[in-house]
Amino acid sequence: MSRPTRRQVLHGSAAALAGAALAAPVAFADTAAAHPADGHGQAAGDEPSGGHEMPMPFDEMYQGRHIEGWPADEEGGQNGGHHSSGSHAEHRAGQAGPHDGMDFVVRIDNNDLHVMRNADGSWISLVNHYETFTTPRALARAAVRELQGADLVPVVTG
Amino acid sequence: MAVRKNQADLTATEKRNFVDAVLELKRSGRYDEFISTHNAFIIGDTDDGERTGHRSPSFLPWHRRFLLQFEQALQSITPSVMLPYWDWTADRTPSSSLWADDFLGGDGRSGDGRVTSGPFAFGSGKWPMNIRVDGRTFLRRSLGTGVRELPTRAEVDRVLAMSVYDAAPWNSSSDGFRNNIEGWRGPNLHNRVHVWVGGQMTTGASPNDPVFWLHHCFIDKLWADWQRMHPKSGYLPTGDTPDVVDLHDTMKPWNDVTPADMLDHTKFYTYV
Repeated sequence: MSRPTRRQVLHGSAAALAGAALAAPVAFADTAAAHPADGHGQAAGDEPSGGHEMPMPFDEMYQGRHIEGWPADEEGGQNGGHHSSGSHAEHRAGQAGPHDGMDFVVRIDNNDLHVMRNADGSWISLVNHYETFTTPRALARAAVRELQGADLVPVVTG
Repeated sequence: MAVRKNQADLTATEKRNFVDAVLELKRSGRYDEFISTHNAFIIGDTDDGERTGHRSPSFLPWHRRFLLQFEQALQSITPSVMLPYWDWTADRTPSSSLWADDFLGGDGRSGDGRVTSGPFAFGSGKWPMNIRVDGRTFLRRSLGTGVRELPTRAEVDRVLAMSVYDAAPWNSSSDGFRNNIEGWRGPNLHNRVHVWVGGQMTTGASPNDPVFWLHHCFIDKLWADWQRMHPKSGYLPTGDTPDVVDLHDTMKPWNDVTPADMLDHTKFYTYV
């Protein structure tokens, strides 16, 4: 499966509008508490993931927590300083193949939140594993609400 | 014959024996091994990769085997204990006897969601959260908050009427009975109940809440009901499907049991 270019993502406007409408009640909840950490994070991060387009990176404060996300295989970029090793360590050892290039790193206060993309393009996280979200950003915000201030811890899978 | 009962019909002694056996498994460390196993499969099962415990045809036989193993562990403590099931179409409010202090304990308190009553409350000291996704060490619930309503009997009947077990691409986007009961499609049965309970039940470490077993026992019963309604409909797929457990493939983590071995629950228990 080939990964779409950023331009393709940005031009997926029909899917973007539909996705944004669905995501709105979750993604824009408590916007008063959301302070974009930089100029481009707020708008870009709301690009929905409908179909198989890779969502855009995001980086913001939400309810007092620093949430950020970016495609796992993106080199350099805004988060070039810390790579996704922590997130991949939670996967089965050495997993690559079909997911390569399809994973998205999400962090809350610098701790990895394990996320997964569903076949229909929606997303789930380890914190909310039985409900789907339109974007990793909506998923991160839902996790912040669920955590109620608690820190994520490294996942133990025995 | 071993009989699995509706939790609403358990005697006080049956409830106490079940709770005591669960607490003993926790004390000995065996309970947490079940949580770890479930969490590992939740993370490892992916729609376009290998998938065994969830979002795949083997969701039902995998959990049937998982529950059998847990039930056998309980019976190593108290031989008469059987898993009860929670029919959430009938017992659908926080005032159900399921959530009483002599059984699973109640809803979480407002603010932090902490369960403060019953045998699994943090204050009892007997129910630590050792396998967890965040720093909180107490059992949490938020009944009816993440989603307002549990599935109705009519919604269950609509899914039971689906005559095809599962369909390509054998994942969370499939049509058929399995994906509709799992909840990624249709009225959303199994997934929605996890969300309705809230707390650890919404996470990959959902067996931290003992209600996990009663919920999945009812899902298992619904599979048995479906088989009786559709005697000509078998498990699918039956062979040569990459990343998916076919009828005669062995399932991880046991590697010695296939979906075919799990189809007839009456070898192990019956339902009333």
